[in-house]
Amino acid sequence: MTASLGTYSHIPGFFAGDRPKVVTGRFEYEDSHTLTRFEATEGYAALRKALAMTPAAVHDEIRNATVLGRGGAGFPAGVKWGLMPEGVYPRYIVVNGDESEPGTAKDRLLLQHDPHQLIEGCLIAAYAIGASRVFLYIRGEMALAQERVATALNEAYDAGYIGKNILGTDFSVDIVLHWGAGAYVVGEETALLESLEGNRGEPRLKPPFFPAAIGLYGKPTIVNNVETLSNLPWIIRNGAEAYTAIGTETSPGTRMIAISGHVKRPGVFEIINGSTTFREVLYGEDFAQGIRDGHELKTFVPGGGSAPWFLPEHLDMPFESRPVGAAGSMLGSAGIMVMDETTEIPAASLTLVRFYAYESCGQCTPCREGATWLERILTRIVNGQGTRKDLKMLFEVGGTICPGDFPHASSERLGLTATPFPFKMTTICFVGPSAYTAIHSALTLFPDEFEALVAANGDGPEPTLNSIPVSIVGVRA
Amino acid sequence: MTDMVNITINGKAVEVAAGTQLIDACEQNGTYIPRFCYHPRMTPVGKCRQCIVEVDTGRGMALMPSCMFPVSEGMVVDTESELSRQVQEGMLEHFLINHPLDCPDCDQGGECPLQDQAYSHGPGESRFVEEKRHFEKPISISPLVENDRERCIYCDRCTRFADEVAGDAFIHFMSRANFTEINIFPDEPFASYFSGNTVQICPVGALTATPYRFKARPWDIAKEESTCQTCSVGCRVSVHTSRDNILRLEGVDSDPVNWGWLCDKGRFNYENISHEDRLRTPLVRDRSGNFVAARWAEALDEAATAISEAISKSGPASIGVIGGSRLTNEDAYAWAKLAKSVIGTDNVDAQLGDGLPAEVVLGLPRATIDEACLPGGTILVLGPDAKETLPVLYIRLRHALTNDGARLIEITPTDTGLTELATASVHPIPGHTAEVVRAILEGRSDSDVAGVSREEIARVGELIRNGGPVTVVYGRGSVAEAAGVTTEAVSLLHEALPEARFLPGLWRSNVFGALDMGLAPGVLPGRVRLEDGKDWISQTWHNVPASPGLDTTGILNAAAEGRIDTLVLLGADPLADFPDADLAARAMAGARTIISLDRFLTESTAKADIVLPAAGFGEVDGTTTNLEGRVSRVAQRVAAPGSAQSDWVVAAELAFKLGADLGFESSEEIWDEIISVSPVHAGLSAEMLAEAANSDGVVVPLPQVVETVVTPTDETDSADTDSIDVGDAEALEAASEEGSPTAQTTEADAEETDEADETGDARVLSEEATKPALIALSGPVPSLSPQPIDAYALRLVTVKKMYDQGTLTAHSHSLAGLLPGAQLRLYPADFDKLGVVDGAQVRLRSEVGSIVVSVTSETTVPRGRAVLLLNQPGDRATTLISSNSVATDVRVEVL
Repeated sequence: MTASLGTYSHIPGFFAGDRPKVVTGRFEYEDSHTLTRFEATEGYAALRKALAMTPAAVHDEIRNATVLGRGGAGFPAGVKWGLMPEGVYPRYIVVNGDESEPGTAKDRLLLQHDPHQLIEGCLIAAYAIGASRVFLYIRGEMALAQERVATALNEAYDAGYIGKNILGTDFSVDIVLHWGAGAYVVGEETALLESLEGNRGEPRLKPPFFPAAIGLYGKPTIVNNVETLSNLPWIIRNGAEAYTAIGTETSPGTRMIAISGHVKRPGVFEIINGSTTFREVLYGEDFAQGIRDGHELKTFVPGGGSAPWFLPEHLDMPFESRPVGAAGSMLGSAGIMVMDETTEIPAASLTLVRFYAYESCGQCTPCREGATWLERILTRIVNGQGTRKDLKMLFEVGGTICPGDFPHASSERLGLTATPFPFKMTTICFVGPSAYTAIHSALTLFPDEFEALVAANGDGPEPTLNSIPVSIVGVRA
Repeated sequence: MTDMVNITINGKAVEVAAGTQLIDACEQNGTYIPRFCYHPRMTPVGKCRQCIVEVDTGRGMALMPSCMFPVSEGMVVDTESELSRQVQEGMLEHFLINHPLDCPDCDQGGECPLQDQAYSHGPGESRFVEEKRHFEKPISISPLVENDRERCIYCDRCTRFADEVAGDAFIHFMSRANFTEINIFPDEPFASYFSGNTVQICPVGALTATPYRFKARPWDIAKEESTCQTCSVGCRVSVHTSRDNILRLEGVDSDPVNWGWLCDKGRFNYENISHEDRLRTPLVRDRSGNFVAARWAEALDEAATAISEAISKSGPASIGVIGGSRLTNEDAYAWAKLAKSVIGTDNVDAQLGDGLPAEVVLGLPRATIDEACLPGGTILVLGPDAKETLPVLYIRLRHALTNDGARLIEITPTDTGLTELATASVHPIPGHTAEVVRAILEGRSDSDVAGVSREEIARVGELIRNGGPVTVVYGRGSVAEAAGVTTEAVSLLHEALPEARFLPGLWRSNVFGALDMGLAPGVLPGRVRLEDGKDWISQTWHNVPASPGLDTTGILNAAAEGRIDTLVLLGADPLADFPDADLAARAMAGARTIISLDRFLTESTAKADIVLPAAGFGEVDGTTTNLEGRVSRVAQRVAAPGSAQSDWVVAAELAFKLGADLGFESSEEIWDEIISVSPVHAGLSAEMLAEAANSDGVVVPLPQVVETVVTPTDETDSADTDSIDVGDAEALEAASEEGSPTAQTTEADAEETDEADETGDARVLSEEATKPALIALSGPVPSLSPQPIDAYALRLVTVKKMYDQGTLTAHSHSLAGLLPGAQLRLYPADFDKLGVVDGAQVRLRSEVGSIVVSVTSETTVPRGRAVLLLNQPGDRATTLISSNSVATDVRVEVL
């Protein structure tokens, strides 16, 4: 521990600071991922405590703690568990460890550095809802996380924390580890279930809206995020009251965030939920320590690549989903991407749309065709080959993915008021709209930069196949 | 009665059945919502997003895919709102941006849902100026299907069909996003028996069928509905013709039968119709014994002379008529009347020894396909592999198993196409099937029976007793097992399960029509026993054989012994199809004159003395009868080649040459006579069949006929007469000895015939004669016991595959290459026992013959069995079989 307070040399990019630690408490130890360290630091104490309680009491405790889902939607875990139809068994828990949202890097650290905490959380959840099997789905690219979780599972099996008659009780559960094969869309919970079942990772049609009723193999299934479940041991150990004492009433506890981009100290932080503002995390000494020297904030994405963009005027917004939603964006997976004034906005939005176009599962038309089309129009514009008509077309093509009003932030400079969530969509899942988000925010908040790129071409000639130079994107023989 | 709900469509209040998908509810009420992925016969997937409309279910307007949104009370839908229109136009623009728009040279152009809906619901012009997505232009994914991935719009119809309807998930989405494509897995072709359906349901020209590619433009095609004549399922088809050529068949969505699906064999074997080898003129032998083309008059004269000489020399029983399942009902009736009334022989059989006695087939309570597929029912398959022989029945049964909670019990010689969905699948040692059925029905659990464990026997018995209503789908799973074994097994089932219904699994196209028309020994038209219906039919027919004649096995035995003078083959090829190859060859050599009505010079026809070219499917009007007893129409669309004639015309001409008048001059007139003569067809007028409401065909007997005609016969009476002839050798012997007295009676009757003709129209039915009762199966059936298997032998099982050397397949160039070839399939563990290796050539020797064949290992083959594919190139499996054996054992010799 050489650097400033709460930086650990063995976890570069993680900064603990002097704040309550619900899920990162063990990160200070280099061997935090081992069973030895885990047991030495109250590990599996919560499991013992939970097993002494009734499953209903454990469920109540979690419900009272109001643990908001950390995957992006922010749905309270305790409430989600209650959506399972009564008396239908077997039921499953699926852990969504397919963290791939651009700008997000929290679950990876939790998997790498405290796998037993997640396992304990899984066991508590399984006990509370009566699940006999837990499936841990971990993103294909996270090699270290996979290795450490696999090791931890073996340790926990050997020590009798998982398997038959856990800790001498009649509670038995198995945890199955599954590695993803590298598809962003599998982070969508129903696509994850399909992938787990051995099918193509394509989101399922809604309704049914929640896998809680019809999930994995058609059985009631709870899909929870890694961070969500990692919260449970602390809550059981310390009680829901201690948890709700941190943060605000509607957003209790702490929250893992990741900050990337043009800040002095990008990294992952566990912050107090609800009350912390974007200004604090971007400029605070304990956090990102401000925009890099000599530059100023231009815009930032508050909640992962799928979130509409915010401007400096939104810095005082707290980490609270309702006001952020009303302001036209979302907290999502809490991946904050910061852009300073040197950023070319059209190019930045192209980077994001390219990601989503590439990651579309190809199942539904507007996403498969529309996202790539958006990417290619934008590519032309960024290359200086666009016209004013193309700018209009971006909105129109986006409008086929998300017809009607689309959320965006307010802008004092442009005299724009915010359009709040939610929005209409023609796609099966949110990947399609995500491809449009960056374009929509960029075009809405920074129209002048696009204008500048197309100014030379004006309305352009009537486009014909021969007159427009084309770049061949996404084409293969 | 379904519940109705009130919904509002574009401001108009309507009432629709609860549970209807919104897209259908709108269409029923005159509002068409564009769609691509939605197909009413498959699970909605909502993938194309074209059918999204604005719907309010009380929570405000929302965009919902109407193909997977069942209507609910108070629902308000606006398919024409600005938002709905924006989405519809947007989707169509998306579909078209990467679509190559090569409509001018796309087969689908002109009948393309993408083209049509782009016009009706599209934005009018595209703003897409980028380069389109490129793939290699059509790649072959099977010998029958080409895949142009550039045209694909990813509607998931073909992949859904292959996976969920056909159970052959050989095509799949590959890759992702803009690179998504439909393709096969490397080196695994789309070898599905049902691949043609994907071409039919493809909403663009992505999947095209090689037999049709670039053959026609849709606007040059005339279409008419007909009934497929490939197997006895009788799928409704739309025949597409242009300039006197059949260019394509498409499945018609007939709710009780094929749901729009066809098998590839039925879909593509129309190619044989215009094959260059079709017989165009009659052929007779010249002095040196070579075929020479003849005029009809000469050929018919020769045929009539042969027949009348035979009658005068050895009596009418010296004439045998084999075949007739290729014929229409009208043709079959005309031939039954010619043979039984004019010639006077009852030695008539539409089946080729590979079927079941007519009395069994006609005498069991018949199930429809819908009844067999009853949700929650139990399907008991005794013998046939529906996937190979009755492919679309397989699709229907499969749907019942996967979607409707029906259960399948198989008692078959080997695994079938449905085995993986079966609740229980047992494979008795051939020859012992009836014994196993008996044990199952008696609930015996003390010992294993004929290769089936006692646990399985107990379990199957339990399933039959405690499952839903039982439908038995029965047939000959292997022709190496005597028909009598199956006969005994079904009669045991009938006796033990009086409520069970039976769906016969004989596969030849119109074999059921032929049997219904009396083309079998001992029966008369209308599923009536000869002895029961004699008086009734004498009012129309001048003459009726005195006693039951011989079936095909009997006729061939008699021919081999020189007791058949003239043998008539009605589209029959006994050399290829009769299970005892040696007997067939001896019979063909033994008959003095062979007259063959055929469309090709088959192996047997080539040995005939007089060959008469026959018209076939697509060339004749009439009706056909499927395995349910469903009568439906077949349509004439093209002219028969050369001077080929309908079979009934030949029958009428021959009758004329023999000095009799069959009394009809058109197939319509034949039908009128059929409904006046046949108790099962009574009431089914041609007008009724022509009604649009009956385009699926009509199951006979009609319900009102069942009430009036099917009177139970006297119990004591039926005990005597109803026992069935199971082809047991002694009975056959006895029957053939009766030949001469029969002949005398019929000769005497023949004289009366002439008188009757002079005295007037005999077709007016007298009011006093009561209609005869229909055949009902009852009474004891003799048990057959096969010889014990010696330790060095394997018991033979023959399997019919969909593609074999049958005339239709062999003369359809697209299908001819799909034959699996002759193969001996053995359980892998038997390899070591026999000391053979995979692919080795071995000699198989039975008591009566031997063949050389290559051997492959197959885990679906039960241990100790030798499975041979029937009628494949190479040595004939039937060389090994004797028609006298209950089961055949073979020894394998390594070469």
